[in-house]
Amino acid sequence: MDDLLREFLTESGEHLDTVDTELVRFEQDPNNETILRNIFRLVHTIKGTCGFLGLPRLEALAHAAETLMGRFRDGLAVTSPAVSLILATLDRLKLILADLEATGTEPAGSDADLIEALERMSLGTPEAAAAPEPKIAEPKLPEPKTPEPKLPEIVVRESKPGEVSLEDLEAAFLAAPGPDDAPSAWMPEPAPIAQAPVAPAPIAQAPAAPVQEAPAPVAKAPVSGDAPAEAPEGGLAKMQTIRVNVDTLEHLMTMVSELVLTRNQLLEIARKHEDSSYKVPLQRLSHVTAELQEGVMKTRMQPIGNAWQKLPRVVRDLSSELGKQIDLVMLGAETELDRQVLEVIKDPLTHMVRNSADHGLESTMQRISAGKPARGSIRLSAYHEGGTITIEIADDGKGLDLVAIRKKAVERGIATQADVERMTDAQVAKFIFDAGFSTAAAVTSVSGRGVGMDVVKTNIETIGGVIDIATQKGVGTTFTIKIPLTLAIVAALIVRAGESRFAVPQLAVLELVRVDATAPQRIERINDAPVLRLRERLLPIVTLKGLLGQDDTGTETGFVVVAQVGRQRFGILVDEVFHTEEIVVKPMSSKLRHIPLFAGNTILGDGAVVLIVDPNGIARQVSQGAQGGGPIEAEAEAAELGDPKTTLLVFKGGAGSFKAVPLSLVTRLEEIDAGKVEWLGGRPLIQYRGRLMPLVPADEAIAIRTEGTQALVVFSDGDRAMGLVVDEIVDIVEERLDIEIAAERSDLIGSAVLRGRATDIINIAHFLPLAYDDWARGAKAASAKTATLLLVDDSAFFRDMLSPVLKAAGYRVVTAPGAEEALAILQADARISVVVTDLEMPGRSGFDLVGAMRAGDPRVAGLPVIGLTGTIGADAVERARTLAISDLVAKFDRSGLVAALAELDAAPNAALRAHAA
Amino acid sequence: MQAANSNATEAGTTQDFVTVFVGDTMFGLAIDRVHDVFIPAGVTPVPLSPPEIVGLLNLRGRVVTAICLRRRLGLPAAEGAARMAIGLEQGGETFALVVDGVGEVLKLGVETHEPVPINLDARWRDLALGVHRLDGRLLVILDVNALLVFASERAGATAA
Repeated sequence: MDDLLREFLTESGEHLDTVDTELVRFEQDPNNETILRNIFRLVHTIKGTCGFLGLPRLEALAHAAETLMGRFRDGLAVTSPAVSLILATLDRLKLILADLEATGTEPAGSDADLIEALERMSLGTPEAAAAPEPKIAEPKLPEPKTPEPKLPEIVVRESKPGEVSLEDLEAAFLAAPGPDDAPSAWMPEPAPIAQAPVAPAPIAQAPAAPVQEAPAPVAKAPVSGDAPAEAPEGGLAKMQTIRVNVDTLEHLMTMVSELVLTRNQLLEIARKHEDSSYKVPLQRLSHVTAELQEGVMKTRMQPIGNAWQKLPRVVRDLSSELGKQIDLVMLGAETELDRQVLEVIKDPLTHMVRNSADHGLESTMQRISAGKPARGSIRLSAYHEGGTITIEIADDGKGLDLVAIRKKAVERGIATQADVERMTDAQVAKFIFDAGFSTAAAVTSVSGRGVGMDVVKTNIETIGGVIDIATQKGVGTTFTIKIPLTLAIVAALIVRAGESRFAVPQLAVLELVRVDATAPQRIERINDAPVLRLRERLLPIVTLKGLLGQDDTGTETGFVVVAQVGRQRFGILVDEVFHTEEIVVKPMSSKLRHIPLFAGNTILGDGAVVLIVDPNGIARQVSQGAQGGGPIEAEAEAAELGDPKTTLLVFKGGAGSFKAVPLSLVTRLEEIDAGKVEWLGGRPLIQYRGRLMPLVPADEAIAIRTEGTQALVVFSDGDRAMGLVVDEIVDIVEERLDIEIAAERSDLIGSAVLRGRATDIINIAHFLPLAYDDWARGAKAASAKTATLLLVDDSAFFRDMLSPVLKAAGYRVVTAPGAEEALAILQADARISVVVTDLEMPGRSGFDLVGAMRAGDPRVAGLPVIGLTGTIGADAVERARTLAISDLVAKFDRSGLVAALAELDAAPNAALRAHAA
Repeated sequence: MQAANSNATEAGTTQDFVTVFVGDTMFGLAIDRVHDVFIPAGVTPVPLSPPEIVGLLNLRGRVVTAICLRRRLGLPAAEGAARMAIGLEQGGETFALVVDGVGEVLKLGVETHEPVPINLDARWRDLALGVHRLDGRLLVILDVNALLVFASERAGATAA
């Protein structure tokens, strides 16, 4: 009985899922008899089996649904409420089945509400089809209705369970053919039945027919007796399959893995012996094993359609819930992938389709007014590409609102204004994967539901997949997911570090570089942090030995495994690279799972156990800078040192002269209608994005135009913006910024040669106070030094603003956005001889930073510090004194800063002074 | 652990123990927990692992985590001693308990059972279920479940 019930549960579950999908199809295509017959057959099977097993609740429900479907077959109009009602019935069936699975018995309760609604619906004549609709809206109401036509059915239904007595069941069970015969029971020999078909029409009126057959030998008997018509179409194909327990397959997979390993061991031994008598049988064994492995892998493969099965229903429900018309197109449902992978992506896919329907697609009204077809479409496609499978979820909705995302990212402090302005749209779109970054709040006003996109991304990344977004305003959004076909077997590079061998998954490996102290490719060190010059770029290097906590001094010879994880690229230095091998990934022992560097372990051909290095784990370590000074800082530093190219915006300003400003400072370029310039209190302003923005000419020689268009360069910091009035925007150039002549004017930093033209580099610090009085005034650069200076400020704007000033003053400048980063850089970079820090930073303030410096390593503790502050109060001065901060300078007092630096140079132990703003 | 205790206190029942040696001390492991006795070979050390873990080894195609009983008990490493391993299973995973030597199987009744002496080192007290008085020596019964729970995991559990 147990087995029978379990079998029934799995089977009914699958049937119900199919019916779900088919019904949605049927609703759109109500004249398709094949679909209807298929649905009818499935529901009928469930009903018949329930009757046989003595499950009255399920049977009554299935019966009522079947009756209604029988009416459809007789020509009752297929209405959306009717389908909704049947879908609701299916949900109830599933609920009962779930309970049945958990407890082994049918839960108590009544389904009178649904049954009544179903019956009422099926009573409606084809002509009166419209009439029942309003009633379905409240199917729970047990409206009293004419009992007459119903009575016989109810009687029959109630008597059925009683008919199937325990003895009958027992007898039926004993008489039932063995499992071998089961398929034939499924396969109702089409020929004889076709000759004596049960007229389809009577079924609705005579549901008792199958009941009489219930005690027949097999649970499925009613099907064969009552499903004459559809057998030739759908029935035969399914006969070729056999249901196998997943555990059995898993076990088989494990055994095959072992076989592969043993084969590898044998091959290894044979390689050492010249005796050729093994060779031929071994070769055969090898082939057979490979084929067996492939075959077993195939049994684990499932079409991705299995994960999509529920989607038509989800979309249908959403479309009626949201009042949007949505078409779901599914392509490549037959694409196969490993069931383990399938399980992991199932929920994320459902979530993403939901998201597309909910947030991606506009309402019907919006679509029509935007000139799009009223029906929105969501296209789901899957295809193989190399060793990976690509899944795309595309909608033709409004696209992501990148402006809102940018704003949200800044609000949430994930990125600064300057950062988001600089990022590409694709980079900005990826913010929706950040934890807690509600797509709903960012993109639409519709409330978000369920898990966030961060969970989706995490799920996909755990199986080594990647997700990308392409979005276009008004056209739609496409998510592309690439995942490996299987997780069980991966190609790996076997490497040696110290005494041990390790496997590095090849997926993450870009290339191998041989390094040698004497060869042109050699490891160089910046304050002990190893780096490698690779095609004109510096690659941060980590040594595998170092990561594993072993001594890595003197390792200059070996191979660099260049790996990429996400956007991060780094090199792993190993002693030796052996070969690549297909390895069977075995999970790490529970006692060792906490070590982030390892993804698992495997047994190699020679029988040795090796650890599989996790590139993700290493990437995390690299970015945390766990290894001597921090390779990521090395990268940032490398950028400063190696090739300090600056992107500059060149414009004409004043008497045809060329001027330039670092592009990173620029927020936007605008062409405005000159007529929009307003004058308030003698100052030019424009209304810009709903606010007033002051305008400042880039040169005294520039007059703000009164007609035509006026070119503006917009600078902003936080919510303040300023428009710099220029004659004409010329070009954007990327060049080394070498200030050759320091300017005598406060509005210029100096002059440089850009694209062969002498160009003035303007000093934004001069213009900001002209726009806003509290953007303090600046002054010009002074003498030249060669010291390296660390500038710490949480605002990218001020870092970008002060860097050229300090560079012009002759310093080499390294910047840090916060105290933590600053400390890491100080540890790593011995050249730094002076620190300029903002004292008011979120998180660890400048005072905390100086405190930490003073308490640390003597080299760092002794460094002179200049503090930047907005307001200089008595207690700030007092605190600065106790921390031996050499000088306090008001944040915009550029000349004060330069003077303080100069003074520091002259007298390193200068007494504390305070420059008031 | 509870089951073992109640078995031991039931009158007349006996239990079988596999005896193992670490230094001069003899320990007993409930025989139903012991799956294998083998000589550990080809152990791959795992960098950054807890000190008790010797490494991973291949036992007939299965990857087994080898735990050193000496280090688990806080004893100094012994040099050059021939070593043996006991295969244990817990939660579907296989572990190898590396010991200095393996002795015979003893059938012991409750009459020789004593509770763990309170003056024992705390680390030992956590791992022992009791002591049997044998002729001329003592047999410390080890709690296999406790052996396979590490300090870091316990700390993690309380922190979580």
